[in-house]
This record gives sequence, C-alpha cells and structure tokens, in this order.
Amino acid sequence: MIQRRRLTSPAILIPLCFAAILTVFPFIWMFLTSLKTYEETVLIPPKLFPAVPQWKNYAIIAAKFPFVRLYFNTAFVVVLVVFGNLIICAMAAYAFARLRFFARDLLFILVIGLLMIPGQIFLVPHFQIISSWGLANTLVALALPGIFRVFGVFFLRQAFMAVPKEMDEAALVDGCSYFKIFFKVLVPLISSALVSLGILTALWTWTDLMWPLIINRSLEKLTLSAGLAFLIGEHTTYYEQVMAGGVISSLPVMIIYMFFQRYIIEGIASTGIKG
Amino acid sequence: MTRRSSYLSRQEGRAALFFLFPLLLGLSIFYFYSFIRNIYYSFTDLGSFGTAHFIGLENYARLFKDPKFYLSLSNTITYVLICVPAIVILATVEAYLLSRLKSGSTVFRTVLFLPAITMPAAIGILWRWLFNYKFGLINVLLNALHIKSVAWLSEPNVVLYSISIVLIWSMIATQMVILLSGLQNIPVMYYEAALIDGASSWQSFFRITLPLLSPTLFFVITISIINVFQIFDFIFLMIRSTALAIQYSMSLVYYFYDRSFVAFEKGYGVAISLVLFIIILIVTIVQFVMQKRWVHYQ
Repeated sequence: MIQRRRLTSPAILIPLCFAAILTVFPFIWMFLTSLKTYEETVLIPPKLFPAVPQWKNYAIIAAKFPFVRLYFNTAFVVVLVVFGNLIICAMAAYAFARLRFFARDLLFILVIGLLMIPGQIFLVPHFQIISSWGLANTLVALALPGIFRVFGVFFLRQAFMAVPKEMDEAALVDGCSYFKIFFKVLVPLISSALVSLGILTALWTWTDLMWPLIINRSLEKLTLSAGLAFLIGEHTTYYEQVMAGGVISSLPVMIIYMFFQRYIIEGIASTGIKG
Repeated sequence: MTRRSSYLSRQEGRAALFFLFPLLLGLSIFYFYSFIRNIYYSFTDLGSFGTAHFIGLENYARLFKDPKFYLSLSNTITYVLICVPAIVILATVEAYLLSRLKSGSTVFRTVLFLPAITMPAAIGILWRWLFNYKFGLINVLLNALHIKSVAWLSEPNVVLYSISIVLIWSMIATQMVILLSGLQNIPVMYYEAALIDGASSWQSFFRITLPLLSPTLFFVITISIINVFQIFDFIFLMIRSTALAIQYSMSLVYYFYDRSFVAFEKGYGVAISLVLFIIILIVTIVQFVMQKRWVHYQ
C-alpha cells in the first residue's frame, strides 16, 4: 500500500514560489511605482511603498492619453475578429471534416501549410491591398487580415471529427439540410472548442502590435496594444505616470482573467493536444 | 439508386462550396494572392507610393552584401539559441513542479500565466523601468551586492541578453500551460508501477515523464522556435530606433519592419521577409525529420 503525503515537499514548493515571485513582482512594482511621487521614483535606495498614494498620477496620464478611445477601438476590433473568425473557420472546418468534395485533402494540406508561414511575409501585400481599398487608418483595417486567420480551421476540424458521424447521418436521413445539421446539431456539440478558439483569437488580437502600427498611423485609430507604444516614446521621464498607464492598460484584462482563468488556461492548453 | 447518389453527391459538393466560400475568398486575397504579390514585389523597387518598377534580382544582390542584414540574421540566430532552450527547459520544470503539487496548483498556475495575457507594450514599459540605468530596481539590487550598474538597454554587448530575458520571462507562461496539460495526460499507473519497482523520482522523470511527454515537447519546441525567430515586439518597444544598441539587438523581423515601413523600401523589405520564410521553412523541415529520433508516440 502506497502512503500518499498530504503536504507538498519543500523541494517542489520553494522553486515554485521563487518562479511565482519573479513573475508577479514586476507587476506589483509597476503598480507601486504608479502611486509614487516623482521624487519617490528616483529615490536611492528606493522605498517599496509610497508615503501617500498618488492616485492623481492616473488622472494625469488619462488626461494626456486617450485610453477610453483605445479601449473602445480594441473592443471593437476584438469582437469583429473573434466573431468573424469563428464563423468562417467553423463553416470551413465542417466542410473539411464531414463533406466529400473535389480536392478536399489537397486544399486542407494547403491550409495547414499556411500555419507554418511567418505572418510577416504577408504584411506588405496586406498593406498595399487594404490601402488600395481606401481602408487604411480605419478600424475595419485592423480586423481584416485577422478574421481570415486559418488556425481555427485546423483546430475546429479536430473538434468536428471527434463528434460521432451517426449524429449528422441520422439528421440527414430525417431530411435535414446541411445547413441545419451544421447549426442545429454540430455547432452546439463543439461549443467548448469554439470558446477556446474565441479566447485564443481575442488574446492574439489584444496583444498584436505590428499590424496596427503599420496600417493605422494616427493614435485615435489604434488598438491599445499599439497605442501604448506611443506612450513609451513620448513620456519617458515621469515613470510614475508611464507606470499608471501600464496599469490602466493591463489591470482590466487581469481582472477578466481572474474570473475566467480556468477557461482561458484550458483553452490555451487544448491547442497543444493534437488529436 | 445511382441517380439518387449522384444527386446527393452533387448536393454535397454544392454545400461544401457554400461552407468554404468565406474562407476561400479570404484565403485567395489575403494569402495566395498576397504570397504571389510578395514574391513579385521582391523583384521591384516598391516604395512608399504604389508604383513598382521591375529591377530583377537587385534587392537580393543588395541583401547578400548588406552588413546590417547579416547582423540582424546573426542576432536572430543568437536569440533562438539563447531563448528556445531557456523557455523549453524552464517551462518543463515549472510544469513538472506544478503537476507534483498536492494543493494550490490553481493559484500558482494563475499567477505564472499572467505574462501571457499582458500586452507586449505593458511588459515593455515595465521592464524598461526595471532595467533603467540610474533608478531601475535591477541595478539598485546589483549595487546593494556591490556589483556595478549595467547599462542593460544601451551597452552593445548586453542589450541582446536583456531583450532575451524579457522574451523568456514573457514566453514561458504559454508553453508551461501546454506542457502541464501534456503531463496531466500521462496515466498515473506508469508512476505507480515505477514506485512499486523502487524507481527514484529522478528515474521516473527521465524514464517515464520525458519520453511520454515528448510529443508535447516537440510541439512546444516547434512553436517556440517559430515564435523566437519572429521576435520583434520587445526590441521595438525597448530600444530606441536611433540608438547604437539597436544594431546589436535588431532581429530579421525588426530589420524587415524598419526597411518596409520606416525607410519605405518595401521591395527590399519584402526580400528580407522571404529570406526569413525560407529559413523557418528549412528549420521546420529539419525538425520534422529529426523528430523520428526522439519523439515517442504511444
């Protein structure tokens, strides 16, 4: 009989605590700095806590920098990309998983091949195409290439293939159209995969830096991720204000993350499991 | 009977076209057409305006004589050699330790994953402050240990390592989570059998965990290599484009961005991106060939 110990051994706990501190302390330091006066930020040796929390740093940076606008832009683009990408990928994944048609496997290999290609090689043509449509410097331009990201086709095809074929064959015999089978029978069955893909796509769009920088030049038309790069360039002397900006742009997502961490982490983890 | 089935398959083909149409439309414009366009541009002098003149192999000839191209290539390879092993090893250790926790693993996992949901610009802001020469916490701590301050973001011999630290710090999280779920998929019975046979925990790690984890490890290594090859964000965010240090830290993607969208030499920039594409293609093919030697599929 194997005896299980209840407590974790220190050999496991200590390195984990060390890693956790290294991960989380920079964020705590950012927050603490954001509440200091300028004199306190340049104090040597530095003090951990501000004497009086300077919440006004947040008001100052929010007045200098259009955070509301950037948050709105980001939310708009994220919603557009997530819904657009989910619909397009789910439809295509269904066709690849269930329907028989000409050159299906060849087309699917082509789609998978695209996953291996570094995205940068499409940036100049995307810029040229979207500019020629007169869409440069618009919010739609930020979303356009992302909507057609092909990772979801591969990811959702796996999910469709895990559903027993009898489900849709029965529906087909009952006279359901393919469209109805797709929406009424199969999509509800792969909803957890759709959630995972949605989270991943939102995260990619949220953190993307280069494409917004390229296609939209004015701050008012950027996502937060790219807009924040301007903050670094412009106000570097007053670190307490810059840190307040950093907190404003990361805290809301951290709070969302705390509530949904299980779905988010499991969503990411599921991309590594190949069926 | 035959008529009915050919009717059905025709219907199926039409349904397939319907379901694939949005994807095919996007693919043909944003991928296939763009890819061909990209190759075409690399033979032109495309600049900030739409006009492109055919100049043959001039961009490539220039590329192979450009010292900055070689610099960014060697920087990129250095990033890969430093960051990929560090990310994979640290993420594996973290995931293994997490999988051995008896309680509290959710708390640790939540904390350790934080960098993955934070946008690069916020991470850049944060680490620039930590790396600050005069007032940054890292130099303050070094001074307390009687070590001289380091110019993390401007000293030519250091800057690439500073960027690597930030990249490793931010990239471990995702890989750790993927590896953790790979570890949790290993059946417990193997460990129980090993324990009964008197194996030490080191033995069971190297003889059971690593071989059974190898498909996930392969996936993580492949993804990490591809991602580090494309390093751009932290260089762009943390090093001033006019600073001397940029030459010692810029990657291929940074140089591509700089040529295409700062200097507006898009034809030349595109040629750089195609070289990156070919390098990643070769590395990926080599990896898939090598995997037969060390990846165990159950």
